[in-house]
Amino acid sequence: MSTTAAAATPQPVGRPLWRRLIGFNLLTAVILGVGGYYLGWFIGHQVDGKSFEFQAAIDENDVALLLAYFFGVVGFLIGLGFANYPISRLLGRPASLREKEQEGIGRYFGLCTDHKVVGIQYLIGIGVFFFVGGLNAMLIRTELLHSSPTFVGPNQYLSLVGMHGTMMMGMMTSGILGPFANYFVPLMIGARRMAFPRIEALTFWLLMAAGFILVSTIFFGGFPTGWTGYEPLNDQAVMGMDSYICFFALVGLSMCLLGLNMMATIITMRAPGLTWSRLPIFVWSVFATSVLMVLAAPMLIATLLMAALDRSINTSFFIAGGGGSSYLFENLFWFFGHPEVYILALPGFGIVLELLPVFTRKPLWGYRLAVSGMLGVSLMSFFVWQHHLFVSGINADLRPFYMLSTEIISIPTGFIFLCVMGTLWKARTSFSVPMLFCLGWAFNFLIGGLSGVFLSDTPSDTTTHGSFFVMAHFHYTIMGGLIFTFFAGIYYWIPKMVGLRFNERLAKIHFWSMFLAFNSTFLPLFVLGMEGMPRRVSFYEPKLHTLNVWVSISAFVLGASMLVFLVNAVYSLIFVRLRAESNPWRSKSLEWQVPTPVPVNNFEQIPVFDSDPYDYGTPLAVGGGQPAAARA
Amino acid sequence: MSAEAHPGTPEPNHARRFTTIWLIATVIATPLVILLLGPELPPGKASAEAAGQVTDNTVLLGMATPVLLLVLIYLAYAIIVFRQPKGAVLEGPAVRGDARLQTAWIVITSVLVLSLAAYGTVRLEEGNGAGSGNGPTPLTVPKGPKLPVQVIAQQWAFTYRYPTYGGVETTHLELPVNQMVELHITSIDVIHSFWAYQLGVKADANPGVDNVVFVKPTTEETFEVHCAELCGIWHGGMFDHGHVVSAGAFEAWIRQQEANFAPATKVLPPYAKTYSPEPTRRAE
Repeated sequence: MSTTAAAATPQPVGRPLWRRLIGFNLLTAVILGVGGYYLGWFIGHQVDGKSFEFQAAIDENDVALLLAYFFGVVGFLIGLGFANYPISRLLGRPASLREKEQEGIGRYFGLCTDHKVVGIQYLIGIGVFFFVGGLNAMLIRTELLHSSPTFVGPNQYLSLVGMHGTMMMGMMTSGILGPFANYFVPLMIGARRMAFPRIEALTFWLLMAAGFILVSTIFFGGFPTGWTGYEPLNDQAVMGMDSYICFFALVGLSMCLLGLNMMATIITMRAPGLTWSRLPIFVWSVFATSVLMVLAAPMLIATLLMAALDRSINTSFFIAGGGGSSYLFENLFWFFGHPEVYILALPGFGIVLELLPVFTRKPLWGYRLAVSGMLGVSLMSFFVWQHHLFVSGINADLRPFYMLSTEIISIPTGFIFLCVMGTLWKARTSFSVPMLFCLGWAFNFLIGGLSGVFLSDTPSDTTTHGSFFVMAHFHYTIMGGLIFTFFAGIYYWIPKMVGLRFNERLAKIHFWSMFLAFNSTFLPLFVLGMEGMPRRVSFYEPKLHTLNVWVSISAFVLGASMLVFLVNAVYSLIFVRLRAESNPWRSKSLEWQVPTPVPVNNFEQIPVFDSDPYDYGTPLAVGGGQPAAARA
Repeated sequence: MSAEAHPGTPEPNHARRFTTIWLIATVIATPLVILLLGPELPPGKASAEAAGQVTDNTVLLGMATPVLLLVLIYLAYAIIVFRQPKGAVLEGPAVRGDARLQTAWIVITSVLVLSLAAYGTVRLEEGNGAGSGNGPTPLTVPKGPKLPVQVIAQQWAFTYRYPTYGGVETTHLELPVNQMVELHITSIDVIHSFWAYQLGVKADANPGVDNVVFVKPTTEETFEVHCAELCGIWHGGMFDHGHVVSAGAFEAWIRQQEANFAPATKVLPPYAKTYSPEPTRRAE
């Protein structure tokens, strides 16, 4: 069963309970994590004694908190067992993938190197933080029911805004790559595992540690900067800001490693015959995203390190009074930040183009155009970042260039739309729930993309910049783009991932309520922005009150639509346990040809490809082109 | 459950039908959008720059409308017409692309996008971007006399200095009508953004930076001033009104301010492009 030396270390099954609890698992990880946290806290106060005297009184010591987070994360990872393998290799023990061959539910709560387990860990983990972020949005909209702060104070309001934005922009970078790429890229390219299975597990646990660190900001006063963390406000903020810095740096690290792992897997582990021009389009989108992750995330980590130094040991990279520049932070941040939004959008393109052929019963129309569109977007995204700074006064004479580059990026995005439209032409479309979400994407992303034109043009941007207009724009591209395809992916792939399916009626209620409430929430925000409402305020003019109440109520319905999904998930997957067919969508893609549940090593024999997976459009023989997979 | 081949009944010419629907919709909707929605677009016509931005917004909306209609009508058409019959498992045609159509799409979108960028650049250099932050050394400077006014942002208020009136600092912004104003925007703590909505002015206030904006108010009216960049807990409350008044009324008002604030002006630091107070630190 195993590919490597599994016989060398037989699994000790009958270990006593205390031995199992003390081993390397989540419990140990939490114990060592908390221990590391207090160790860092202690060291921080020792080395930063000057501020200890003074700051102990107001409980402010950035050095201590940064070190506490650092040691906490290290302890957490050691507790999970990430140090075992390097140490045993240093001691000369043979290489093994022992962590992969665990059984039972316990493997979901620890270090597991099976890419399918990591995929499900990601789905649950990211889902939890997605709901936390969504809950913040509900509280924000509750506050905006009134035109002045009534529900929470302005400080808590900004913390909510910051946590919502940072949680979504940070955790959801892996929203599709985490669960779906980890689970399905190896299956789609005919591999038995990812190139670096331990790094794969590491990316997940780093992200979970990061999520807890971000939530912990509420114990340190929150942070007032929103997800952009602009200096010098960043430098001025209380200790909660350090949570933001550590969170985003860990997310950056996780993203970078995830991207490297994906690239290595896709380049080196494709099965025989799977040439680049036969690669499933979803894998191409993962590849394009990975390139962005690897190139952009290190910039984020470096920027945050500088911010942390400014805050903790009073360097002045970003402080004008000390010789630094607030522009430096803006430039560095957006050099990461703009590719970041395409890190969120590109996997969505991939899911839509991957699912359309299945539900239209047609080959993907314009495969090469779609690939060049994705690669074009990912290349161009590094040349547009200063459009975020059109009114900042930096390099005003370069604005025509950034206008041009920003508008050029809509050409490759247009390729994706042409491929979607071409695939729909004369199709035999069946409107299953995943397909509905894909069509929802097409509508949302169209509005998101066209509203972007007003932001790319400097004279127009004068009004829309920093207003609710830009907020509506990126919710249309990110929530309408990423989250809709995220749900498309869940409904489409859950039958393969867990062998169960969702209740279709509830799923359709989920789609329609989400789609309508989403548009009812965010379309009026364009108007609010144009009427002059700035972002991130808890005060607004009374004349905007009616529209804000409308938006808030729509947002609550949108939140309720997520509850429909949650109810459906609990009802269908836990209580009723509706068995799914092995290939309910009659897909020809390789991941649907393996049995459910997928065996630990995926394939008994590595498959050989002789075409791409979009061989639709000819009458189906019974059971499809390949031998029917065994029913679960 | 074997599927049938493509049905033999003659199909309508979908391409022609769709194109006709789209053309009719575009011909009707685009002028309507431009004529009805265009004049309503922000930021209004209170200044020459704002009026120019309304024109730009209208042009962009006029260009976006046919594209929006193309995709929306296409999606609707495809959803309504190209369906899987109930209970059937038919396959669609195995078409994998169309080189001519793809080339045409690439050429048309490229031309559209490049002309959009060219238009934006021309309009920007014509002075329509004068209302958005031009940095310390603007590339295009309007001719003629200009009234310099400095906007100093701090947590959480804007104050205004008039260097040609003895450097008086006021808490309220008044501008004379039909006079080119040169706003110098700076900050003494964190990043703010000075947004005079009706005037079509938005410029970030960065510490240590003199961000220049030109604006020529053309009507006497009250305008809103917001902070448009998150600057801390009272960011939302950093909100005020300014007034555009006649030249005579402005002269009277500013002389009054000069006299009222004379004791304060004496102790102010001398007028400068930027100010560097002690860096804001939490604990030192």
